[in-house]
Amino acid sequence: MGELRLMKGNEVVAEAAIRCGCDAYFGYPITPQSEVMETLMDREPWNETGMVVLQAESEIASIHMIYGAAASGKKVITSSSSPGISLMAEGISYIAGAELPCVIVNVQRGGPGLGTIQPSQADYFQSTKGGGHGDYRLIVLAPSSVQETNDFVELGFKLAFKYRNPAMILTDGVIGQMMEKVVLADYIPRLSDEEINEKYGSWATNGRKANRQRNIITSLEMDSVKMENNNIRFQEKFAQMEEEDVLFEEIQCEDADYVLVAFGSSSRICQKAVDLAREKGIKVGLLRPITLFPFPKKPIAALAKQVKGMLVVEMNAGQMIEDVQLAAGCAIPVKHFGRMGGVIPSPGEVVAALEQKLIGG
Amino acid sequence: MELKDIINPNNLVYEKPKLLTENTMHYCPGCSHGVVHKLLAEVIEDLGIQDKTIGVSPVGCAVFAYNYIEIDWQEAAHGRAPAVATGIARTNPDKVVFTYQGDGDLASIGAAEILHACNRGENMVVIFVNNGIYGMTGGQMAPTTLIGQVTATTPNGRDVGRNGYPLKITELIAQLPGTSYVTRQSVHTPATIRKCKKAIAKAFQAALDKKGTSFVEVVSTCNMNWKMTPVKANEWMVDNMFPFYVPGDLKDSSKTDPASYTALKN
Repeated sequence: MGELRLMKGNEVVAEAAIRCGCDAYFGYPITPQSEVMETLMDREPWNETGMVVLQAESEIASIHMIYGAAASGKKVITSSSSPGISLMAEGISYIAGAELPCVIVNVQRGGPGLGTIQPSQADYFQSTKGGGHGDYRLIVLAPSSVQETNDFVELGFKLAFKYRNPAMILTDGVIGQMMEKVVLADYIPRLSDEEINEKYGSWATNGRKANRQRNIITSLEMDSVKMENNNIRFQEKFAQMEEEDVLFEEIQCEDADYVLVAFGSSSRICQKAVDLAREKGIKVGLLRPITLFPFPKKPIAALAKQVKGMLVVEMNAGQMIEDVQLAAGCAIPVKHFGRMGGVIPSPGEVVAALEQKLIGG
Repeated sequence: MELKDIINPNNLVYEKPKLLTENTMHYCPGCSHGVVHKLLAEVIEDLGIQDKTIGVSPVGCAVFAYNYIEIDWQEAAHGRAPAVATGIARTNPDKVVFTYQGDGDLASIGAAEILHACNRGENMVVIFVNNGIYGMTGGQMAPTTLIGQVTATTPNGRDVGRNGYPLKITELIAQLPGTSYVTRQSVHTPATIRKCKKAIAKAFQAALDKKGTSFVEVVSTCNMNWKMTPVKANEWMVDNMFPFYVPGDLKDSSKTDPASYTALKN
């Protein structure tokens, strides 16, 4: 097992999808993630595993293709970048409302609007607070390396099927475009129709069999009491996610006086900033949320009792800081440092911000 | 002869299609949807494909189509049924997939999805119910509303300068090489109902034979929002809709040759 390769983050999404037994990819080109579909089209997985790959006419169409295929119990994935994810918001809301599993990869770029093709983390709110209409949440996984991008494809499916809820891999133009070594997963066979019937026959719309009732996939319920009950069920799922599936990483937090909180590519920059700060004699640690929803509230609350302050480092104007502040409470200062519009902060800038906003201030 | 001698199982010449559920239809009296649903149920039953047919219902009056036919159904977002059906059909090539869409859903908000699904020749059936108006939301102008037709958003009649022209989307779709069978039908008389059933059966057979997209428009009435009696609405449809949306086959794959599209030599 464990084929070692040098790959781009975008390429590895394609490779991981094929290897994890994905049934289909539907997508639309947008920078900086077009290599996902290009890699798939080059690999021709339909000859190898039977996986379907289709270039749709728009992001809107691709997410609704995902909705259709997911309803029949298939393991399906799409990818896009920020403006395309906005177009998908409608379909994502329907998929969440109809309680279907799928994986959506957002290789973020700077916004708002057409913005820039450079990396950004400005879709944190959109990803973690819903993004489309209605009370729903995505399971949001934030990889900080090509390896994690690879690993989170299968993890995303595992969680999406566990909760029958869409999962998002929230990455960005840095991780999507950079090459790193990656240990690829072994191939998992696609499920047969019989296996799908056995596992998901109670809900999948893949043709009414004689031995079951007809299945209906819909997000519509005109009886408001029943619709409220649906919402209560959704909220119970989200609460269960917060109990069972929070992921995070703590680096050098044991003796830390200050903690940086960062996800994805920012956390990679912060790892270096921790080293630089410690060389200067400042005891700094890093808390890296891996699941942005469910958010690691408890470890942040615990660290808030230990440290003198937290600096939330994001490539945006300050989005995750709101969740960090809520988790940390008011006992310690929680400050934000970010660059926007596609600018990537340097480790030195992070240390300078830490000194200016927390230590010196 | 007494009534019980007449109402007797031996005298039955017609019965409710087995695949129509017992649910009371929510459609207005006089609406065409119920008839089209019945024909769909009959065709699916006749072809014996209940266990492999997946319906995609739209947003509009037929949003609840899934309540009425005993098959698996998925309810799509407004206009997106052809994309949803694409996802199902591509990952379930042994199944028969159809969309059921109105004119606002198919020809307005879902124009991109229907054109591209048909152009790719997705192996599916499209049932397009065109009554020239938005029914569910209360009778607003549709892309297929006739010039001069009064609706809730064209109270003085559709004006070309303000609203543009009625969209003959079925004619557009017939131009696409991905479609194999494109026809326009109606269900206002016993004869046209029988003819429409044949067209729907042919479309489903084409899907079973993997011939690409089959498209059946059913020119229909919305007597409630047209503010007419059902009888008057049928007359109005014949007098005003049929001259513009002319019934009949627009395309039959046995008569056309899509081979004028050739590939570049790489």
